[in-house]
Amino acid sequence: MAKNPEHRDLFPGALEIMILQSLRLKPMHGYALVKHIKQVSDNLLQVEEGSLYPALQRMLKEEWLESEMGTSAKGRPTRIYRLTAAGLRHLEQEVSSFEKMFAGITRVLAVAKA
Amino acid sequence: MQWLTQLFSRSRRYDDLSSSIHEHLEERTEELMEEGMPREDAERAARREFGNVTLMEEHSREVWQWTRLESIAADAKFAFRRLRRSPGFAVTVLLTLAIGIGANTAVFTVLDSVLFKPLPYPEPGRLVALWLEAPGAAGLANFTDGLRLSPSLYFTFAEHSRTLQSVGVWQVNSANVTGLAKPEEVRAGLVTDGVLQTLGVPPAAGRWLSAEDQQPRGARRVMLSYGYWMARFGGDRAVIGRNITIDSQPREIVGVMPRGFRLVNQDFDVLAPLAFDRNQVKLAGFGFEGIARLRPGASIAQADADITRMLPIWMDSFSNGPGTKSHFYETWRITPALRPLKQQVLGNVGNVLWVVMATIGLVMLIACTNVANLLLVRVDTRQQELAVRAALGASRGRIARELLLESVLLGLLGGLLAMGVAYAGLQLLAAVGPANLPRLDEITLDARSLGFTLLLSLLSSMLFGAIPALKYSRAGSALSRGSRTASTSREHRHSRDVMVVAQVAMALVLLVSALLMIRSFQALRTVEPGFSDAGHLQTMRISIPESLVPDPRAVTRLENNIVDRLEAIPGVTSAGFAAAMPMQGNDPNWDEVRVEGKDYGDGDPPLRLFNDVSPGYFRTAGTRLLAGRDLTWDEVYGLRPVAMVSENFARESWGSPSAAVGKRMRQFSGTPWVEVIGVVEDVRHNGVDEKAPAIIYWPAMFNSPYTPKPTIDAARGVTFAIRSDRAGKESFLTEVQQAVWSVNASLPVASLETMQTVYGRSLARTSFTLVMLAIAGTMALALGVIGIYGVISYSVSQRTREIGIRLALGSPKGELRWMFVRSALVLTGVGVAIGVIAAAGLTRFMKSLLFGISSMDPFTYALIPLILISSAALASYLPARRAAAVDPVEALRAEG
Repeated sequence: MAKNPEHRDLFPGALEIMILQSLRLKPMHGYALVKHIKQVSDNLLQVEEGSLYPALQRMLKEEWLESEMGTSAKGRPTRIYRLTAAGLRHLEQEVSSFEKMFAGITRVLAVAKA
Repeated sequence: MQWLTQLFSRSRRYDDLSSSIHEHLEERTEELMEEGMPREDAERAARREFGNVTLMEEHSREVWQWTRLESIAADAKFAFRRLRRSPGFAVTVLLTLAIGIGANTAVFTVLDSVLFKPLPYPEPGRLVALWLEAPGAAGLANFTDGLRLSPSLYFTFAEHSRTLQSVGVWQVNSANVTGLAKPEEVRAGLVTDGVLQTLGVPPAAGRWLSAEDQQPRGARRVMLSYGYWMARFGGDRAVIGRNITIDSQPREIVGVMPRGFRLVNQDFDVLAPLAFDRNQVKLAGFGFEGIARLRPGASIAQADADITRMLPIWMDSFSNGPGTKSHFYETWRITPALRPLKQQVLGNVGNVLWVVMATIGLVMLIACTNVANLLLVRVDTRQQELAVRAALGASRGRIARELLLESVLLGLLGGLLAMGVAYAGLQLLAAVGPANLPRLDEITLDARSLGFTLLLSLLSSMLFGAIPALKYSRAGSALSRGSRTASTSREHRHSRDVMVVAQVAMALVLLVSALLMIRSFQALRTVEPGFSDAGHLQTMRISIPESLVPDPRAVTRLENNIVDRLEAIPGVTSAGFAAAMPMQGNDPNWDEVRVEGKDYGDGDPPLRLFNDVSPGYFRTAGTRLLAGRDLTWDEVYGLRPVAMVSENFARESWGSPSAAVGKRMRQFSGTPWVEVIGVVEDVRHNGVDEKAPAIIYWPAMFNSPYTPKPTIDAARGVTFAIRSDRAGKESFLTEVQQAVWSVNASLPVASLETMQTVYGRSLARTSFTLVMLAIAGTMALALGVIGIYGVISYSVSQRTREIGIRLALGSPKGELRWMFVRSALVLTGVGVAIGVIAAAGLTRFMKSLLFGISSMDPFTYALIPLILISSAALASYLPARRAAAVDPVEALRAEG
């Protein structure tokens, strides 16, 4: 997945969570999403376009997102993606399950260090 | 429904996706340009970062697709395009399939509607035909399929049964309806109480005939059939309560039965009560069909036991009059053999239908082999393409799937066309209306037929598609074999050979069956029916009810007058009448006759068929007088004790026809002796394929032996025979009707038909089977010949190089031709050998359909293989001649 050896593979579901979380702030179009995630993560995370668009389509199909006609930052017509109620519910479920997982991993790592 | 909207919004999604990606690239480019990159470089960099746009679009689209299904759809589209490109192939295959599947669907529909569907009565499983066997009552019980019931048997069963919920007896007669338009003869269903209750179909209007309507001296009531109600009263409900004159007696209409209701297997116009008088009925009078509905849970075996228990009660409760032994019937050895009503309705038609179904099924198999052959050849020409695809990574399954898909497509298209063929076939069947096919009006193309067509289309396409698919999905090695159009591989040829052998074997079975039927038909045609020149013999049925003409003498005089008027019509050479003419399903009576001087021991003489005839009847019908003379009118009016007999009766009783003349016989010990004055040839009274019964011919007016004192009686229902060159012509029929009405205007004329029609109907079962088998046999032969031609022709085209080499090396052309013909003959020979064995086994099942020949008829078994082998020789000679005409130089150069 990663072209850059510094960026390791995301685990399954991570990309979706990041997209959902980003869109929770405000509706965005594709490129804006890529830039947003890159910025917020201080370049630590990079979304690959090759995974982004298929993921967006999957999420549209699941009806977590809806898309509408809008204009890009440059004023040209493009598709704007927006979080739906179902998407929000899904995001919250996923986040809580992630948090549990992180907590678990953190504890295990802490024990290993000690 | 969501998937549907998804399907339609898909192209919009694809556009959205493209515009998103496009915008993504644009923005990135602009950003890079802002960083100072020239536009071209920026675009290139943006694209490089983004990756493969097409691939990504594809991946994104796949989210919305059912990949597997869509690739199948693509394959189907491809197969369809390829079929359109070779219309000759497609048309041949589709026509073969349409006819094959269509014929099968039609026959299946008939089979399903007639044999499998339950009878159209509620809870039909509990309906039984009250069938009695009476091996001791020769004649009476043999011919009429079991012993029919007498009124007293009906009363016994109705009153004492423990297993029957309801029971009734019925009969269909003709009756005259007057007072509507012109007098007409209608079919009257006569029923006792219990018949309608047993069948359980509620009336369409009004009410059923009730128990009260069965009072012998009660009010006279009647019900109408739906058809008669519509035709005569336009379906008017106000008809309930009105009177209608039947056999000169007014009857009140109380109800109408619904459309499609039949009295077991009989159509009728009116339904009247039999109204037996329980105090008057005797033991005898076995003329009624009995039906019953079993109590819930009762089995046929229990009902049989129940009937066995009731027979002695019957003999104790009734008698045949003073001085008769009521337990006489023990000698008849009456035993019950109840059977499901459906079996009674169907008779032995199942036999014919199964033979036809098997036949048509075989034709379908042959058709499938032919199509498989065509497909093999077709795939052979694509071998290169398939090999390339395999080399490029197409999996074996994928190639097999594509080949199979083409077959399924062909099968389904063929099935679609087949529905049309089946529909047309059934229309034709309904129009021809084979007289002996029961439930003909219930035959419809329904969901089950559609299901059958679909199933057959799929199965057959799997069958003929599997062979090429299996063979060519392993086409991987074809590439390595190079592009030379070398001789076919042994393996491919082998499978085609097997198919030819199978085709020949199946065709042989069908042709043998067809020829056996043709030979049976011929044998039937040579049978002397007991009348001559049937095409010029007009028949007409008239019945004179007692209510119209009470005096028997007046009845005979009236009939005599009609004969005179008929003979006065221009073109009529003679006329006469009989109580029953041959093959029309009428049996006036069966009873005993004692020949003078013959000792019958303790037993009774066998029952004989009785017929009543007028002077001149035999001359008119063309029944030859073998000895003695015909009756005269003086003898008829004078009630002289004379009679005529059939040849077989004369031979049995007195040794020869001439010895019979002047001899005497009588019915019962108390009745006067009757002199035999003439002997006529045997008549096939019950049909061409039934043995001629022994018949006693009485004068049309006679002293009834059934009453204590001599009472005059006359034949009231008679069939007139009119010999004329104009028989069957419309103008003639009008004149015949005028002649009858000039004698009595209230007499309806029924069953105006020529003896030829009657005779044809008697042959109907054989001719129906014959036509079906002949069609199937011809189709099989044609398909087989095409198959052989195709295989040899293909092998010639594939072996051009080999032929060229042989020719170049000096092989004589004759020998080369013989090589191909020989290979066809070897295949045919093997097929014939297998087919003969199969036919010998299978034709045993059609024994009951054959007449006058054995199912192992040597002529048939010699002729059919000869026909097949010579057809095969011809079919292979044509391509073989082409092979010999090959120019060796051309053949070798073509190899390049």
